[in-house]
Amino acid sequence: MKEVFREKQMKNKKSLNLILLGISLAIAVILLLIFPDKQTVVTRTAWNFLVEMLQILPAVMVLMGLFAIFVPNKLIVKYLGSSSGIKGVLLALLIGALPTGPLYVAFPMASALLKKGARISNIIIFLSAWACIKIPQELMELQFLGAYFMALRLSLTILFVIAMGAIIEKIMLWSKN
Amino acid sequence: MHIYASAQYGGYVVSTTTVFINILALVALFIAFIKDRKKTKQSLIIALKSFIKILPALLLVIVFIGLFMGFVPRDQISRIIGNQAGFWGIFIIALFGAISHIPSLISFPLGASLIESGASLTAVAAFITTLTMIGIITLPVEIKELGKKMALLRNGLSFLIAITIAFIMGAIL
Repeated sequence: MKEVFREKQMKNKKSLNLILLGISLAIAVILLLIFPDKQTVVTRTAWNFLVEMLQILPAVMVLMGLFAIFVPNKLIVKYLGSSSGIKGVLLALLIGALPTGPLYVAFPMASALLKKGARISNIIIFLSAWACIKIPQELMELQFLGAYFMALRLSLTILFVIAMGAIIEKIMLWSKN
Repeated sequence: MHIYASAQYGGYVVSTTTVFINILALVALFIAFIKDRKKTKQSLIIALKSFIKILPALLLVIVFIGLFMGFVPRDQISRIIGNQAGFWGIFIIALFGAISHIPSLISFPLGASLIESGASLTAVAAFITTLTMIGIITLPVEIKELGKKMALLRNGLSFLIAITIAFIMGAIL
């Protein structure tokens, strides 16, 4: 039942995107007909970005597909649930960063891990890594925003995410007592 | 803006990153193929499906980038989210990143186009960080699985962190 619902939601989202695409294309055509002098800039910019994305996205998708099939979720839960200390933190970061699916896939896993007794801080780190330090994302960032930007944002994010894990764990444990 | 050479106008610059990622994917594919043909085929089907799934959003962002660069004047952008922009400019774009539901892979070219059209690094860092870390759309699922307190704490603190990271980056770069 739930799966069917989710599938339906996905379909709705897909058609919404298509409708939005149609509307924005129509707006683009009208705007460019009214302002013909903008045609070159707009089409050339759009085309350059499209070409650049098509050079990189298929490869990124292939990497994600390979991971989805060769590294099953069960394996991830098994490794994360049984590690602690610095090793636990590193593993949470690393596993979160693997090129796996969207964030909502990670919530049930996080919930299962919590029930198994994994540390709250590690779960937060795992979720945050899953959300924003994923390898495919870093590759796109490297491509479009450059190495400095990517490396700096990555290291700051890792630092702050670890701190956030500790803070949330403190608050959760404190409010329980 | 030399670091953004890969997003330059005119001529197709195939960057080293592009070459690196494609070789990486090919090598991984080759190894997977030797290990297990059937699983590799399944992986490719998943890859193709997710590519088709992201395509409408990708084209949407491309059209948006084109119109944006063509029609929104540079000085307007830099006034709101450029180097002269104050805290509130950053706050607004961070909020925008938190509520919008753009596939994170596509947020990077979007960020590059924003920088090219006058936005500051701080603004783009804030936008990308909130966009990836915070999920308003997925919040109900997160609350259901992890509880209200933890979900709200994670999203709320992520917002503060994103803005802090952005300002540190602006100060360093």
